Amino acid sequence: MIVRRLVRLLDSRLRLSAPVRRAMAKVFPDHWTFMFGEIALYSFVALVLTGTFLALFFEPSTTDRVYHGSYQPLHGKTISAAYASTVELSFDVRAGLLVRQAHHWAALVFIGAILLHLARIFFTGAFRKPREINWLVGVTMLTLALLNGFTGYSMPDDLLSGTGLRIAYSVVESIPLLGGWLAFLLFGGEFPADQTVPRMFFAHVFLVPAALAGLITLHMLILVRQKHSQFPAPGRNEHNVVGSRLWPSYTLRTLALFAAVLAVTFALGGLFQINPVWIYGPYDPARATSPAQPDWYVAWEEGALRLFPAADFRIFGYLVPSPFFPGVVLGALTFLALYAWPFLEARVTGERTAHQLLDRPRDHPARLGVGVAALLFYSVLVGAAADDVFARLLRVPVTSLVWTFRFLALGLPLAGGMLAYYLARALRAGSAPEFAELTRADLHRGAKDDRVPGDGDGPPAARIEVWQEFGLVWRWRYVEPTGGAKDLELTSNIDYPSEQEAAKAARAAYPGVPIGPGRPPPGLELPAAPATRRLGGPLARVFRLAAWLVVLRAVRRSRSR
Amino acid sequence: MNGHRRRHIRRAELAAAGAFLLAALGAVGFAVGYAFGAQTQLEGVALAVAFAGIAAGLGIWARRLVPAGGHVEEHGGFASPELAAEALADRVTEPGRGWRRGVLVRLLGLAVGSIGLALLFPLRSLIAPRLPGPTHTLRHTPWRSGGLRLVDTTGRPVRADEVTGNDIVVVYPEGHVGAGDAPAFVVRLDPSRFSARPPAAGVGGIVAYSLLCTHAGCAVGLYEQGTGQMFCPCHQSVFDLLAGARPVAGPASRPLPGLPITVDSSGFLRATGDFSSPPGPGYWSRP
Repeated sequence: MIVRRLVRLLDSRLRLSAPVRRAMAKVFPDHWTFMFGEIALYSFVALVLTGTFLALFFEPSTTDRVYHGSYQPLHGKTISAAYASTVELSFDVRAGLLVRQAHHWAALVFIGAILLHLARIFFTGAFRKPREINWLVGVTMLTLALLNGFTGYSMPDDLLSGTGLRIAYSVVESIPLLGGWLAFLLFGGEFPADQTVPRMFFAHVFLVPAALAGLITLHMLILVRQKHSQFPAPGRNEHNVVGSRLWPSYTLRTLALFAAVLAVTFALGGLFQINPVWIYGPYDPARATSPAQPDWYVAWEEGALRLFPAADFRIFGYLVPSPFFPGVVLGALTFLALYAWPFLEARVTGERTAHQLLDRPRDHPARLGVGVAALLFYSVLVGAAADDVFARLLRVPVTSLVWTFRFLALGLPLAGGMLAYYLARALRAGSAPEFAELTRADLHRGAKDDRVPGDGDGPPAARIEVWQEFGLVWRWRYVEPTGGAKDLELTSNIDYPSEQEAAKAARAAYPGVPIGPGRPPPGLELPAAPATRRLGGPLARVFRLAAWLVVLRAVRRSRSR
Repeated sequence: MNGHRRRHIRRAELAAAGAFLLAALGAVGFAVGYAFGAQTQLEGVALAVAFAGIAAGLGIWARRLVPAGGHVEEHGGFASPELAAEALADRVTEPGRGWRRGVLVRLLGLAVGSIGLALLFPLRSLIAPRLPGPTHTLRHTPWRSGGLRLVDTTGRPVRADEVTGNDIVVVYPEGHVGAGDAPAFVVRLDPSRFSARPPAAGVGGIVAYSLLCTHAGCAVGLYEQGTGQMFCPCHQSVFDLLAGARPVAGPASRPLPGLPITVDSSGFLRATGDFSSPPGPGYWSRP
């Protein structure tokens, strides 16, 4: 009852019925890969929630002070306020350790979800026109997420992250001409500068999250405006979106996912130790930990630094240090390639039409090959970032592992990319529905790109049915015989005030499909034949009457405008 | 069929109800755990149960109790009709039409662009309070003033006779413990094994080098006595102290800079000047 009153109260002031009912009817495609972006979004919310708590206790300063907290090994030691407050909020603030670890885990999940989302968009060609614009927003968010992850784990001023920061500083310093100035401007002076931690804090808790919040909003506005893309299937075409409606199906599902993300975040934060800075000790420029690995999402840069050979050289007497190539050039090329991909692909394929239907990964073997090669390349780099750990585990000299990783970094992407390319061609050319059913003949066909012709049935014998409900509103449905017992039936997501408008929408969604009259679905006929009802009883009757009145009023209101 | 379906729905409703109750229990568990200062693990599990309960309940509701799929929405296309797009473009460019207005638009662009450029100048303030720029700062370290005693990380001066060949001693210039560009180490080596002269003057077999890796600036902290080699734990560069700290493996290109040292009349080690070259990673104007 409260909700009903609230709805009326708001509607009497904001005239909500029409826009909200339309928004609630928005159709989302049903596919599990569409969840990755939502996981990223909800991880971001988890990060903001836990991060707000942490920001209340963290002191962004490298001023020395004496630690008096309950962690005994550090008792009485003079350490920086940033490090001391991190240890204090872990041990002396109740639930502090849980929130800190949950925050760190959420960051790892956040970036992981972004990358999965990116991979889905890439391999299905969802970035093609008109969605290049949202691809640019998304890649920008990925860079910001990486930046914020790095500043976040660098702020506690512990030995491990301090060493990472030292490396980052050296990488910035390596940029020709500008490096020294850039490093000084960013870090506030020669490393380690007092300004660095406060700057990272401000960027981490305000600048970057604000930018991310703005970009997330933009991302979603563009998404709603352009509507979701969808995989090809019966009933789906370039002129419609098929799936479930926002209310109630998707609202329940997405809230369930939100709760699940929070559950995983807190389970990880409670049960799995992460970044125990009190074990690493405070940062000291004369010390380094071994082994030393960064968070996984910056490990590709670390691996590249380890693999790239010593290759300093001089131009006109000026030094170009070797970290410039793996540290700056590789990162710049990576993001440049990401930003430019939709436009490069359109240039190469010459395809510039707008798309609503997605590719299956096999539809575009070259894209699949490039994507697989890139994933393998960066995976090898991530592995190389732990070469000292592997060396210890396998009892082999680290130098020979470096050579192995160098060969892998060049060879594995090439081999994997080629394999993916030829398998995709075989899948595209042959009749095998999936990878496991590929035959030798399919492989031959793929190599020659000799594609099996389609069924050639032409458009299916589909039809549109339009009907009236409650004697007032009109709906339509798309019916396509499947050959099975049940036809494919897709119902219009909203109702229309007139038959003409319903038919117009149906024609827009299914151009060329014949339209005819149809019968309303069995549960929705007017209460004229109570004998055929499945749900009898006075309560159900009252309920139906109420529903009928609601629809009546809504329609009257929309007509009176 | 009908009865079967109704039972199915009843079961789903019961399951969702159970999940929501479990969520409430988890929340209570977290609150009680917090109040009594419970372990992080317990608090985490309680919160996880609370959210997992909500997730399960809503998930069951979404999957079993409301219809899913089966709807279609028409897509009105991505672009407006050509004429409409033209009309918008006309409307947007209206104020700047005509060559005089065109000049005005360009002048406005000039004005705004100038302000934007002018506002870049205060970026210089980011290099805290009017320090000299990087060209000077990166080249020099506190050792530069000369005559500074070598102290260990606790600030205690190091005597020449304390330096052994077993392990390195990490040193700082006296009064500058913790300075980022100054850490160095001393170690005693057998000069007859040198294949190249150290870059800076030593004392007998004692040599001093910068501790910072010339690749990315990590502390080159691992010393192997038998081979006289230093290892960097970050990117596995190896420096041969018997050959003037030349890099022999890994991504480092340049040798560790040497620190010229001497022994004063009391037996303490003193630096006679700055490192033989700027310590740490390379940069554009590095000599």
